[in-house]
Amino acid sequence: MYNFEFVKPSNVADALAALASEEAQALGGGQTLIPTMKQRLASPEKLVSLLGISEMQGVDVSGNIVTIGGATTHANVAAADAFSGLTGLASGIGDPAVRNRGTIGGSLANNDPAACYPAAALATGATIVTNSREILADDYFQGMFTTALKEVEIITAVRIPVPLASNYQKFEQPASRFALVGVFVAKYVDGVRVAITGASENGVFRWSEAEAALSVNFSYDAISSLSVDASDMISDLHGTKEYRANLVRVLTGRAVLSAS
Amino acid sequence: MPKDSGIGTSPKRREDVRFLTGNGKYTDDINLTGQSHAVFARSDVAHGKINNIDISVAENMPGVLAIFTGEDFADVGGNPAGWLINSRDGEPMKEPKRPVLAHGKVRHVGDAYAAVVAETASQAQDAVDAIIADITEFPAVVDMETALAGGGFVHDEIGTNQCFDWGWIEDNRAATDAAIKSAPHVTTLSLVNNRVVPNAIETRASIADYDRGTGDYILYTTSQNPHLTRLLISAFVLGIPENKLRVVSPDVGGGFGSKIYHYGEEALVLAAAKKLCRPVKWTASRSESFLTDAHGRDHVTKIELACEKDGTFIAFRTDTMANVGAYLSNFSTVTPTFLHGTLMAGNYTVPNVYVNVKAVFTNTAPVDAYRGAGRPEATYSLERVIDKCARELSLDPIELRRKNFIKPDQFPYASAAGLEYDTGNYDALFDKLEEIVDFGGFNARRAASEKNGKLRGLGINSYIEACGIAPSNLVGILGARVGLYDAATVRVNATGNISVMVGAHSHGQGHATAFPQVVSDMLGVDENSIEIVHGDTSKIPFGMGSYGSRSLAVCGSAVVRATEKIINKARKIAAHMLEASEGDIDFKDGKFSVTGTDKSLAFGEVAFKAYVPHDYPHDELEPGLEETAFYDPANFTYPSGAYACEVEVDPDTGQVTVESFTAVDDFGNVINPMIVTGQVHGGIGQGIGQALLENCTYDESGQLLSASYMDYAMPRASDLPFYNVDHSCAMPCTHNPLGVKGCGEAGAIGSPPTIVNAVVDALHSGGHTHVTHIDMPVSPVRVWSAINN
Ligand SMILES: Cc1cc2nc3c(=O)[nH]c(=O)nc-3n(C[C@H](O)[C@H](O)[C@H](O)COP(=O)(O)OP(=O)(O)OC[C@H]3O[C@@H](n4cnc5c(N)ncnc54)[C@H](O)[C@@H]3O)c2cc1C
Repeated sequence: MYNFEFVKPSNVADALAALASEEAQALGGGQTLIPTMKQRLASPEKLVSLLGISEMQGVDVSGNIVTIGGATTHANVAAADAFSGLTGLASGIGDPAVRNRGTIGGSLANNDPAACYPAAALATGATIVTNSREILADDYFQGMFTTALKEVEIITAVRIPVPLASNYQKFEQPASRFALVGVFVAKYVDGVRVAITGASENGVFRWSEAEAALSVNFSYDAISSLSVDASDMISDLHGTKEYRANLVRVLTGRAVLSAS
Repeated sequence: MPKDSGIGTSPKRREDVRFLTGNGKYTDDINLTGQSHAVFARSDVAHGKINNIDISVAENMPGVLAIFTGEDFADVGGNPAGWLINSRDGEPMKEPKRPVLAHGKVRHVGDAYAAVVAETASQAQDAVDAIIADITEFPAVVDMETALAGGGFVHDEIGTNQCFDWGWIEDNRAATDAAIKSAPHVTTLSLVNNRVVPNAIETRASIADYDRGTGDYILYTTSQNPHLTRLLISAFVLGIPENKLRVVSPDVGGGFGSKIYHYGEEALVLAAAKKLCRPVKWTASRSESFLTDAHGRDHVTKIELACEKDGTFIAFRTDTMANVGAYLSNFSTVTPTFLHGTLMAGNYTVPNVYVNVKAVFTNTAPVDAYRGAGRPEATYSLERVIDKCARELSLDPIELRRKNFIKPDQFPYASAAGLEYDTGNYDALFDKLEEIVDFGGFNARRAASEKNGKLRGLGINSYIEACGIAPSNLVGILGARVGLYDAATVRVNATGNISVMVGAHSHGQGHATAFPQVVSDMLGVDENSIEIVHGDTSKIPFGMGSYGSRSLAVCGSAVVRATEKIINKARKIAAHMLEASEGDIDFKDGKFSVTGTDKSLAFGEVAFKAYVPHDYPHDELEPGLEETAFYDPANFTYPSGAYACEVEVDPDTGQVTVESFTAVDDFGNVINPMIVTGQVHGGIGQGIGQALLENCTYDESGQLLSASYMDYAMPRASDLPFYNVDHSCAMPCTHNPLGVKGCGEAGAIGSPPTIVNAVVDALHSGGHTHVTHIDMPVSPVRVWSAINN
């Protein structure tokens, strides 16, 4: 790790000001950024911690909308128990240490292709709220590690419409225990959304065929004969393309069966 | 009345309080005044020619004290292999030099070609980053078959990638071939014993200190055997006289084999400390640990089992390619040969065994002994092929094994693979297993699993291993370049408490607790008044350290012998004090008494006399009460066991879960049952890790794909079941004084085939009868792919 400066502002404006200098970078829970810095793969000169900004903390449920502050930890999201799919997802990320440090904003900003939150955000049609605008999840995710965020832009909150029923199924990669494949199914009055993480070369995606079938008939049978195109899937030490394509279907089925 | 202390009881591990409260003292906890820091420049290509290493920028960077390259060590010796293996044609193995720093070529990713010593580790790293290495990359030699076919050579000077082509036992070869040719049934299986990374929690670390006044060196290092490390450095690498080099291995946080060996980093910090006249410290990062610790296993094997139609074994024949990596690590040549081939008769009366092992150089990290060292590879091959045979002949897997077991009245038994098993009762182990495991209820459990969409399998396994390495005369004939005795000094202090200096090294095994139990039993003194001293060549006698489950069987025997000498001397002192003849002195429960009288002395009174020798028979006896014994075992010891497990397989995802695991082991006499149980738990956990999760993989270019915990899967608590462990079927070893056999590796030896046998059984129950084998790690993708192929 190289030396760096550390600041911990207490409001978004100060954070933005601190981030304006070149080679400054936002720091959430540090669960991704710090290991990268230790490996000397990242070398920001200044870290701007977002954890001191109170307006970016906490989970608020009003009406049918859950609003989660961008610096809220996975543990706090799990504890808030806003709806079952989200609670299950947040409580299954990493281990207790990771959940007590890592934040939803950091996870969404990083957009690791095997991360869990992107599936929840995309399946619920969440709105990513930043210091300057609101971005629909459908526009936000732009492929592995790529998002609509600009150079100096921080996620201040995530707004999620509460589904009628939802579930997240995560099949853990044996080593990292990130999602080898993760499937988030969310049922709304006007239809069902299905988002898949961990599987595709293009990052998190919606499985529209399954959405169409489940919107008509929210049952395991509705999707049991569907399949995703294996050619787009990731192939690595832990799973072939075909295996991942299989998991997409199996986990989607299980998510439907478990949705509540 | 059950004993409440000493042999056979389970006092809690006294060292754990220290470890669990953060008061352990590991090498990295040591900081010396004036200490500087070394960081290594490591190759990021697997194979290449070093054209030039430009240090001109690096050497002028802040804090830099010295930079070393391979050139600086061109004239010092190589780190040797500890065992000479001869090929079938009589040719000695190929032994290319293993230099302190790569010179001429880099041969694996992580191979160190330079080292920077600086005021801080961070400055040293900055300078390493500024070294410009001009290296011409060559195609990497990774796959063993390709390596043997020729082409690029890891070591050009030997003109081959084959280290040796070993046959065992050559005289049995023709008979074995003929037996297989004419056998009524032959089962053949090709398998891979997967490569694993040892992953001790504590990464390797070393600090060297040099006293410019005396010319003495101290090396603090993470070693399982400080004397062996000193010997290698003194006799082979740097030539520092042994009496000028003190090697200290303080608390060591796990080794599993990987810390037996001497590594170049140790020589580097010593040389740097002398050059700078300052202490030099190096602690490996986890990445360095993945890239440079000696890995384990990595065998590709074809095994044939020939038998009668009724399952009576006629012959085993194996062809194995064993990866030794880029350089020969110290035990790398004995592990796939004598620690593997000699066990290829298993627990069986099979008359013909022939083993061929080709050791292969590749552009990967060195491979060496890893918990079990050769015996897990032997057991895995045997017990997988036996399981396959049982299925082919529709025989019960337990019955097939029992049919071929050596029976209790056949011991001592000369196995067809060249060992003499002193004692054992394999049927008794299976009787116990059948008593503990509810085999009768298996079908109901299987039906319950199937109701949940899962398949359930039962895996059976039997193993024998050889511990207590080793009789020096025998291993000398077989090519060992060292003796494999051990040593202990028992020092009774004037006030009666006792220090026991042992050659064995504890890096998690609990010696500080178990060894005093032995001495306490013999001397009748409170075990809490006995302390073990280990891990410092300036304090302990020359012993060979801990590996191969040898600590108690070999070093423990030396402790017994030294303690016997203490008793003999103390008896003489007591005889003098009690004015009786030595023959009339009885020693029991810590008391010397004159037979037939009420005159007696406590052990402490006699010890005091030895150190305050007023009124002492100086003409007959020296003062003091301290004795040393060396112990060279007469034979290996032969633990054996019967294992069973049940797994559930999710056919939709290929996920395997271990539902139950039972291990019945014969370790001979047990000193501390709790510690033994813990060793078995750890061993099984490691074995399940290898069987289901751990997958050390290089790509074609020699890059380590599983080079961090993001890709290298370690077993975690949630992957492991509650174990059912029994070691009540003890057949004490016949040739060491404690009757002990060794328990440190058994779990890692016995568990992998048990798991794989169970998975195959599960798949068969689900109608996937085309699956006769899945290579480890039996990961979800492999199981699913096997089902769906
Ligand atoms: C052992 C381990 C296991 C894990 N397992 C899982 C898992 O199973 N599933 C999973 O989904 N994740 C997992 N993670 C990742 C974890 O969830 C991280 O918390 C997450 O990836 C990053 O969040 P963070 O708050 O730590 O971000 P940081 O590491 O602090 O930052 C990551 C990136 O996001 C930027 N950033 C941070 N906050 C914001 C913000 N509010 N607005 C804009 N940019 C921001 C930073 O500048 C940086 O580029 C694991 C991590 C570890 C170490």
